[in-house]
Amino acid sequence: MELISLGPGELAIAAALVCLLALLSWLLHLGIGRRLLVAAARSAVQLMLLGLVLETLFAQTRLPLLGLMALVMLAVAGWEVMARQQRRFRGPWGYGLGTLSMFLSSFTITLLALTLVIQVEPWYQPQYLIPLLGMLLGNTMSGIAIALDNLTRTAWEQRQRIEARLILGHTWQQAIGEIRRDALRSGLIPIINAMTTAGIVSLPGMMTGQILAGSPPLEAAKYQLMILLLIAAGAGLGSLAAIWGGSRRLFDERERLRLDRLTPRRN
Amino acid sequence: MDLDLRLENLQSRLGPPLSLRVPAGCTCFIRGPSGAGKSLLLRAVVDLDPNQGEVWLGGQRRSALPAHRWRRQVAYLPAESHWWADEVGEHHAHWPMAVLEALGFGPEVLKWSVARLSTGERQRLALARLLANRPRALLLDEPVANLDAANAERVVAVIEEHQRRWRLPLLWVSHGQAHPHTSCQGLLELEAGRPVRRELPWS
Repeated sequence: MELISLGPGELAIAAALVCLLALLSWLLHLGIGRRLLVAAARSAVQLMLLGLVLETLFAQTRLPLLGLMALVMLAVAGWEVMARQQRRFRGPWGYGLGTLSMFLSSFTITLLALTLVIQVEPWYQPQYLIPLLGMLLGNTMSGIAIALDNLTRTAWEQRQRIEARLILGHTWQQAIGEIRRDALRSGLIPIINAMTTAGIVSLPGMMTGQILAGSPPLEAAKYQLMILLLIAAGAGLGSLAAIWGGSRRLFDERERLRLDRLTPRRN
Repeated sequence: MDLDLRLENLQSRLGPPLSLRVPAGCTCFIRGPSGAGKSLLLRAVVDLDPNQGEVWLGGQRRSALPAHRWRRQVAYLPAESHWWADEVGEHHAHWPMAVLEALGFGPEVLKWSVARLSTGERQRLALARLLANRPRALLLDEPVANLDAANAERVVAVIEEHQRRWRLPLLWVSHGQAHPHTSCQGLLELEAGRPVRRELPWS
């Protein structure tokens, strides 16, 4: 099987369909046609740019350049985690906690996968490194964002119960224990659902892409399985790190509940 | 062993640093208008809010103990109690049955659902829950405020009995309702966190 290259004409057909949808939206007064077109244009520009950047990167295989790319991806993901918090930590913790947890989990697991599982030579071959890291970051990001948001929101809502336990002489770990467990569970549910329905309800995006691009389905399935497992590990370990750091930060060295370390609620 | 409670330049969010000694077996009543910082003072003693200064229980310095161990010895009863589990019994491993009985509850109370407790029941059970830790000092924030006369009397009797038996120093925020008449009692009046009246016969 060989790859059928897409030309501007082929893409234009797909674009025409979106334009048709925009037209319909305008006729039906849905008021969303403009946003639809802007989003479509954005995705076109972003993906083309990404394609160009990756072509350049793939041609070079230079570690510093790849490192820079990885850091940009991490920075954006970290910002995204912070933006999804209703109440986030004040100061550097707001950005740092999620970003550090993602760095620890995603980067370690990507490295592990490249050197031990796929065994590419050299390990930083961009064709493997960038997509792997991207998928890990993207999914770890969701897990951490959900888990952290859950932790800070519940701690706020249940502050009086937490303090009631502190008053009775519970340690801070006991006082926040259930909330911490619930937050972790919530961070892991998306990936557990994804693994449960993988291949039955949904054909995972990566596998679909590989098949379209000409890979034998069984090979694509093995890669997809590896990715799912890595994502589960990454999201789990990342959420664990974020929740541990976050719950510690909710208390000070005298085991006081310090909700003043959170920003006010945003909508 | 007799342990007194000493506040040494304790400063919370409100008012100047405050020093105060309550000898073992004595009660210091704390009065003052709403917002005078009475509850804040008790919270500072048990280290629930950031504060400066030191507190001593006998020869034991607060800062030398982990906070959770300090709070087991110096017990704080807030004006409003909060419950985190479904059943009353789940909130402590060793409920003092004699105290429950003295407060008008049978052993079946431990199976009761927290959601169905009345305000008065919650307040009395919160006292029992606190005494289950066998504290060495008590900080009470209006412990009889929401109780009818009969139950207020029960609560006061339990506190009196505990104080006498264990020689507990006691800080009692009160608006002048029923309270025990120990031979040893003093008064601290606060306004905007500042002591405006201090009648402590022991100092």
